[in-house]
This record gives sequence, structure tokens and C-alpha cells, in this order.
Amino acid sequence: MTEPVTVLDPTAEATPGQRSLNPRPVGLEGLTVGLLDINKPRGDVFLDRLEERLIGQGALVRRYAKPTFTKPAPADLRHEIATHCHAVIEALAD
Amino acid sequence: MEALYDRGWTDGLPLVLPTEPRVLRMLEGTSRAADEVVALVPPNLVECTVEKVAVNSVMAGCRPEYLPVVLAALEAVCTDEFNMHGILATTMGVGPVFVVNGPITAEIGMNSGVNVLGHGNRANATIGRAVQLVVRNVGGGAPGGVDRATHGSMSKLGFCFAEDEVGSPWTTLAEDRGFSRSQDVVTAFCGEGPRIVVDQKSRSADSLVRMLAEGLLASVSPRTVMGMDGLLVVSPEHMARFSDAGWDRQRFMEELGRHLVVEADGILAGTGGIEEGLPPDLAGLTLPKFRPGGLLVVHAGGPAGLFSAIIGGWLNGPMGSEPTSREITR
Repeated sequence: MTEPVTVLDPTAEATPGQRSLNPRPVGLEGLTVGLLDINKPRGDVFLDRLEERLIGQGALVRRYAKPTFTKPAPADLRHEIATHCHAVIEALAD
Repeated sequence: MEALYDRGWTDGLPLVLPTEPRVLRMLEGTSRAADEVVALVPPNLVECTVEKVAVNSVMAGCRPEYLPVVLAALEAVCTDEFNMHGILATTMGVGPVFVVNGPITAEIGMNSGVNVLGHGNRANATIGRAVQLVVRNVGGGAPGGVDRATHGSMSKLGFCFAEDEVGSPWTTLAEDRGFSRSQDVVTAFCGEGPRIVVDQKSRSADSLVRMLAEGLLASVSPRTVMGMDGLLVVSPEHMARFSDAGWDRQRFMEELGRHLVVEADGILAGTGGIEEGLPPDLAGLTLPKFRPGGLLVVHAGGPAGLFSAIIGGWLNGPMGSEPTSREITR
């Protein structure tokens, strides 16, 4: 029988926090929707069309952009979106 | 071993079991305290201690004397300018490529010669791997999770080599980046796998520099200009052409730069029936292939072979990744 071997944990030994999703809005009338452009080519083409559709459904739209698509959105930008918007759509395009 | 695979701790290759005696032995390779925080490791920005690096270095197969290099390499990639998070997340197949300079390369037996970019040397093979294991296990950056590469690259497994300083008539990469010859330095470059530039007929420096420029003009894509950096690995036999002509590093870079220019009209979007390309407002311009400082050059490789190697980069500068150097602390 093989002797048991104890190894040290190579991970961060952290457990991701569990957070539930916010309730989904039942409609868009009167809601503010943030559109976050990650700053890749032609993302604006996609978001322009989305903006038209959202406004057509009664939503207010606020546009945002990451400084660069290669890095996470800065904390200030995330905070601003969370403060001013009921929902957000992040778009990737090429 | 299977238990390690089951927990998702490997990069696909077998690991050395990180038992306590092995980790303690690994920690003897550095003067730094085991509980010292080395870096915030992306993508989860987790505080990583020297001990955690040691655990992953054991698993990668490192010897204790490699640990200082692993620690400095990890510090280099866990910076905003190197942007390891973006390098993980990008669909492009790039990863950190580490070039090591200084006396430590000989002391720990790193390879700068035959098969330098390939396999066969323990230090070269395990230092880069250890860094990647830390990013995976501590930072949480695993393929299929935050790592979204379309094809990936062997540079994601671990890509590390030493510059051949003894055989070079030039200043080293580290010296070019502001360090002294006596300092131990690791430079991280975000790159893909290497490809070879063949030139077996040039006997003059002028001919060879033109050929290397032609190869570099196609780095990443013939239609990328100034947006992505490059790393050129000049072989000893190619270097001989330049040393015979009395070219130092500065002269080489000047001559190379003269040929590393692109006529925008030939690569505008839509030219040649190709929709990819430069915007029309750049028509009529002559542009450099690389931004200033965007081409790194090192000397390495076996003594025979009229080839050099190009390692293409990724989106460069503040919008992407900057080559990043760190001094190695013993």
C-alpha cells in the first residue's frame, strides 16, 4: 500500500464570493441603460444600432467607453455606470 | 499526480509534487522572506507570497537557484505596463517571453546556445513555466476561463532563455535597457512563438540587414505598422557578418531602421483585394514598421546556422503591453 503524500496548496486558497444577479427588469420604459464600448474597431457600429433599438423601447441610453480593450474597465468607470444606470450592455466587435 | 490534475493545478504536463520538504528547500534559493508579498497576480489580483511562488516553482521543476529569476519575472509581468490580464484574456496567441541577462545565467546553467528557443535545458524550460503556473493557480488565469486565446502558443507554456553575452560583440539587451553588465536582469516581452528568417547567402552586413528587415516587415502581419513590437534573436553566424563589418548595436539599429519602413499606399485597407489594412487618411505616408524602441534585439543561438529568429509581439504601449525589465534579487 502506498504511503499518503501531503502536498502544499499552490493556489490563492480563496473562495470566490457568491453574489446573486439583480432582478431582471421586466421592461425598458424609463430605465437608463449604459452601453459600454470596449474600444475595439466597429464596436460603435453595433452599439449605435443597439441605442436606436433601446430608445425605440423607451429606454434612456448613456454611452461609455473603456480607455483600451486590453485592460479591465477602470474602477471609476464601473462606479459611474453602476451609479447612473439600471442596466448595462458591454459590447465586443471586430 | 492524478490528484493534482483533478484539482486543475497543471498546465497539462506532469508536475513535481510540492511536498513541504521540497518547498522549504526551494525557499533556500532566495534571501527573501517566505511571507513577503511579491505581486498582485492577475487576473484576480491576488496577493502572492514568496512561498506560493516556491510551491509553484517546485511543481514546474525548478531548482532552488532558479527562484530569484522566477520572482523577478513574476514581478515584471504583474505590472500595469506589462498588462498580464490583457495578455491572458486576448484571443491572440501570445504570452510572456523572458530574456535573462547577467552573471546568474551562467551560474544556474541557462542555455543561450544550441536550441536556445527550444527544449533541453532545465532552467530555460522551468522558469517561464513556474511563472505561468503562478498566474494559473494563484491568479486564476486558466485556459477557457479568463484565458480566451483562439490558438494559444507555446509561449503560454513557458518561454524563457538567456542572451549569449560572452559571444556577442554588442552591448546586451539589459544594457540597452539601462542596466549594467554586472546586474542580473529579466526582461518580459509579450510575444508569440518564434519563426525563423533564413539568409544563408548574405556575406555582407548590408545585405543581411536588408534581409532581416524584410523578415521583420512581415512580423505579425505585413499590414501591422507601429502597433505591435518585435523581438529579434540574432544568431552567432549572422552576428559575425555585423561584427566583421565593425557594426555595433547602435549602427545595426540605425541601418535596420532605414529598411524597416513601409509605404502606406501598399497596405491601405482594400488594396490588393484585402479589406484589412491602414485607414485611408494615411495614404501617401512612409511609416516605420515599429514604434521607437519597439524592436528588441538579442544575440543567442547555436554556433552554426545562418538563421535568425523573430518573435512577433502584441498590441504595444499604454494601450497594450510594454516590455518590462526587473533586476533579479538573490
